[in-house]
Amino acid sequence: MARTVTTNRKILNTTIAWAIGLLIFFPILWTILTSFKTEAQAINDPPIFLFFDWTLENYAVVQERSNYMKFLWNSVIIAGGSTVLGLIIAVPAAWSMAFVPSRRTKDILLWMLSTKMLPAVGVLYPIYLGFIKLGLLDSRFGLVIVLMLINLPIIVWMLYTYFREIPGEILEAARMDGASLREEILYVLTPMAIPGIASTLLLNFILAWNEAFWTLNLTAVNAAPLTAFIASYSSPEGLFYAKLSAASTMAIAPILILGWFSQKQLVRGLTFGAVK
Amino acid sequence: MATQSSRSAARLMMAPAVILLLGWMLAPLITTLYFSFRRYLPLRGGDQGWVGFENYTRFIGSSAFWPSVQTTLIIVGGVLVITVLLGIVLALLLDQPMWGQGIVRILVIAPFFVMPTVSALVWKNMFMDPVNGLFAHLWKFFGATPVEWLSQASLQSIVMIVSWQWLPFATLILLTAVQSLDGEQLEAAEMDGAPFIKRFWYIVLPHLGRAITIVILIQTIFLLSIFAEIFVTTGGAFGTRTLTYLIFQRVLESQNIGLGSAGGVYAIILANIVAIFLMRIVGKNLDN
Repeated sequence: MARTVTTNRKILNTTIAWAIGLLIFFPILWTILTSFKTEAQAINDPPIFLFFDWTLENYAVVQERSNYMKFLWNSVIIAGGSTVLGLIIAVPAAWSMAFVPSRRTKDILLWMLSTKMLPAVGVLYPIYLGFIKLGLLDSRFGLVIVLMLINLPIIVWMLYTYFREIPGEILEAARMDGASLREEILYVLTPMAIPGIASTLLLNFILAWNEAFWTLNLTAVNAAPLTAFIASYSSPEGLFYAKLSAASTMAIAPILILGWFSQKQLVRGLTFGAVK
Repeated sequence: MATQSSRSAARLMMAPAVILLLGWMLAPLITTLYFSFRRYLPLRGGDQGWVGFENYTRFIGSSAFWPSVQTTLIIVGGVLVITVLLGIVLALLLDQPMWGQGIVRILVIAPFFVMPTVSALVWKNMFMDPVNGLFAHLWKFFGATPVEWLSQASLQSIVMIVSWQWLPFATLILLTAVQSLDGEQLEAAEMDGAPFIKRFWYIVLPHLGRAITIVILIQTIFLLSIFAEIFVTTGGAFGTRTLTYLIFQRVLESQNIGLGSAGGVYAIILANIVAIFLMRIVGKNLDN
């Protein structure tokens, strides 16, 4: 509903919107700024905004003391592994639901969605117990499986809404021209499906990266990802704001960047196609 | 276009996803149900047999239960009101012509991508700390006594942190809905002299109705199970123990599996009541 407005009105809009935008973004900005201060400057009263002695020391200390790279690697493996595994399972399912729908397709989709509604805490002990019995507690493999299952309904739904937009006529045309099923999938469907698959991959990677119930409850040392790395900072030890900020910045930076690319897919992915 | 062979191929392609999700749903659910009827204390005598509905009555009868329900409702309700109201305002604002719209949008959306443990810790220490937090500095600057946010105003503080995390989600979805609004209809109303309030009330708000419902339902599902924000900030103290957190404490901290499982069943029932409404809306959308 873009309309033409006067310049004055536009200036007013711009000012208000930027002010609110910066206010909402401020906690993140403040964290990033603090990560470059010394501990003394981080708690200085009054707070110092920009004119402090910029230092990278906190990053070095955090990395040295807590082995940031190991947590980062765990996050990458867990988020990446669960997303890729989920896609491998979900692509064929979403594909067949979109292109060979049956009477029950809708019911299956809704049922899948309903498994997502199961509160994690309701099944905490069975999963915990199962993990102990199978020796999966504090293992990356175990978390990959759990996060894959948690996000599988979203992955199937997102893919389904994308695949449904691929016109069936194109497939029929390809078939008329004598394309085999394999050729049809490889040369006609796949190129059209790739953008949808990529968006699904991105959003679910972010969701898995930030997941903080199972990753906190099912890991200890070996498989702990960045969510647990940050939680370990919750017991303060003297002056630590700058280091906390450096750790936080390192934990959120990769995903903030990915997130900005995926803002359009976010709506579709999280509303199960109900809002486009 | 579906032949017999393509149908059975389709079934085969769906099978792994369906079977995995079925197992993921049923196995833990049945186990939770099973434990909820047993007296089971792994560290104090192990599994001591069937107790009927004792865990269910004890869970509800415990002095922590009703406060936890109240806390849950306050947090969920508070966050919903704040995010939906501010979300509508922000969506309408972001839809206006301005310079740098893309950048403002990115700034507003950013909190959604911050992992819950990070936002909880940053708010707790760098903003709400009564000595060194930014709020404390601000209060002192105006000559007021700094507030001990997470103990004196614990619930409000958590509502604020969680609202900050979810405002982007509400804004983004409502913005998508606002953008699909028919501009000509609004312009016609404006030319006919309808004031902003009337245009908003009779044209914009009804158009947003569906999106608002969806925001409320989806957020409720997620908000009912917020965990990290409480785990990191108050650890359930100062009246911030939600139902989810209470169950977590029963299961993993006091290792009373039977009692925790009964609580889990209550949580599942609660979530399903909300889910039914969400599913209806999504299901309707599938038909067209």
